[in-house]
Amino acid sequence: MSDPVLRVRDLVTSFPLPGGPAAVVDGVSLEIAEGEVLALVGESGCGKSMTAFSIMRLVPKPGRVTGGTVELCGRDVLSLSVNEMRSVRGSDAAMIFQEPMTSLNPVQTVGAQLVETIRLHESISTDGARRRTVELFEQVGIPDPDERVDAYPHQLSGGLKQRVMIAMALSLRPRLLIADEPTTALDVTIQAQILELMRELQRQLGTAILLITHDLGVVNELSDRIAVMYAGQIAEEGTRRDVLGAARHPYTQGLLRSIPSLARHGEPLAEIAGVVPSAGEWPAGCRFQARCARAAPVCRLEPAPATRLGEAHRAYCHAVAEEEAG
Amino acid sequence: MESHVVSNIVVAALLAGMAWAAWLARRSDLWRDAARGLRRRRPVALLVVGIYVVVGLADAVSWVGGFGESLGADIVARHKPRSLIDRLFPVDFRERSYSAPLADVEFYGEAPLQHPGAHLLGTDILGRDILHLVLKGARIALLIGGLTSLIVIPLALLFGISAGYFGGRIDDVVFFVMSTLASIPGLLLLIALVMVMGRGPVQVCVAMGVTSWVGFCRVVRGETFKLRELDYVQAARALGTSELRIILRHILPNLMHLVIITFVLLFSGLVLSEAILAWLGIGIDGSWGQMIDQARDELARDPIIWWNLSAASAALFGLILAVNLVGDAVRDVLDPRTLRERP
Repeated sequence: MSDPVLRVRDLVTSFPLPGGPAAVVDGVSLEIAEGEVLALVGESGCGKSMTAFSIMRLVPKPGRVTGGTVELCGRDVLSLSVNEMRSVRGSDAAMIFQEPMTSLNPVQTVGAQLVETIRLHESISTDGARRRTVELFEQVGIPDPDERVDAYPHQLSGGLKQRVMIAMALSLRPRLLIADEPTTALDVTIQAQILELMRELQRQLGTAILLITHDLGVVNELSDRIAVMYAGQIAEEGTRRDVLGAARHPYTQGLLRSIPSLARHGEPLAEIAGVVPSAGEWPAGCRFQARCARAAPVCRLEPAPATRLGEAHRAYCHAVAEEEAG
Repeated sequence: MESHVVSNIVVAALLAGMAWAAWLARRSDLWRDAARGLRRRRPVALLVVGIYVVVGLADAVSWVGGFGESLGADIVARHKPRSLIDRLFPVDFRERSYSAPLADVEFYGEAPLQHPGAHLLGTDILGRDILHLVLKGARIALLIGGLTSLIVIPLALLFGISAGYFGGRIDDVVFFVMSTLASIPGLLLLIALVMVMGRGPVQVCVAMGVTSWVGFCRVVRGETFKLRELDYVQAARALGTSELRIILRHILPNLMHLVIITFVLLFSGLVLSEAILAWLGIGIDGSWGQMIDQARDELARDPIIWWNLSAASAALFGLILAVNLVGDAVRDVLDPRTLRERP
């Protein structure tokens, strides 16, 4: 197997708090192969977005990556200089954000913003970049690309804006695309179109995607592998079939149970009691123990061990470990 | 180079700059809509401001000669540059002392005037035509407002953006400077600066600029703080855009509406504060403020000499009122919060 596009090892990102540093990402390891879609799933506040920001080295101050390594296309991202990092962003890895409404500069035409991005990384004439922009717009399914190039963001709908964002992210043909909740702000029909578009482009261009979302429907549509995060750590990871079909970690099972279903019409929706403890207040031992129906005394004492359940399937849980052992 | 030549070049540059700005604005929907909204909301105030600007610019264009033999053998008069406004009046358009508006005889003594019935607004103590002086005051007022804004706005943008964007140590330093300046009584600092630098028009403008950038700088700093965290700035950063480019392409253009609103409001405030300086005796020669200051004693005379004071006050009042009305309209058409209410 060729080298993975992205290899993250034991990543720790922390924020200084009055009571000492609080790790919002605490020992996350990920790998994404060429052309693979890895979905990073979890509740709000579990460190998904911070993991992405850490990979791009865009962690907002005063937060800081304090441990681990991030290798992007074989290069150690964390040791690059600021200028080298700038050339990595966009060409090796690009990122699209949650809110297409605010991700475009309101006082520049969308075409000008794309042209600028392309010319930032390639020596190409303005006209050439503009032609490329029109092609990209066509590729991401924007109608009348010739005219839309000169539109201002407020003249476009949310779905069109997200298409522009995708065009912008793909304009430099990055090997890795980080999509931070790309469809959360869109309505359902547009969501489906955008997901379809991303899958198609991913097949065409062979771009690896790190998909960050809390929407398991989106995950099912798009991903090859899934990593479930809880409180700054990976709780369970495996192929889509492993995680969605044969989840073992109590947290993943809870997430799956809480998806509304027509088959259980009329029943109250299952939920996971409680909320994610905030960073800095994470309990010793297994971090999910307070909300876990299967919590045992050992869960309070020792961090959950990894249990190998299949070729790529792993769960971090004492109960699962016991079942497997005996 | 002689000062009137410099002044002509500046006027040419200003006209070219205005034409260029208008051409740029026509190409952008945002500015075209704003200009249209402005014309619809405040047509009269815009016209009045326009007249003041035309008069001010006309007084800044001057050249030597052009009166033929009428100047006679007077060498000084022959080599004195005269502006377009000066040329609207006869060369020897003055009396020996006060004369009332449209009077035929002098105010004191009833001696016949050189130009009976021709002084629309009368003459001052030295016999100068008040209408002529008032028209010439427009240039000084525009100079005070324009040049000082030109000092205040770049200064405030430079400090405000660097403090807001980079934060940390730079922010601390800028904030320290701002707090220090804000803690010194503005008027005293202004007087001290004028005393040190001298009383020329440029010096007074610099002094006023240095003492009045803090307020706008605060606004810019706060707005930059907000813009810095916006998604499109983050997105630009995630695509590898450099900091300088982010500031020039994403931060600065999004501050422009603030700059324009501030410019208009600052302008009228500055013209008014010059009147206060003139009252303290450190104003710019030829300003309306100075005319008002000189007219102070005339109010005590009997019969009262009212035309000098009223003409200068009315000219000042007209400009400030028109600029403020335009300023309000500018804020209405450019403020994003009111923009959003429109379909």
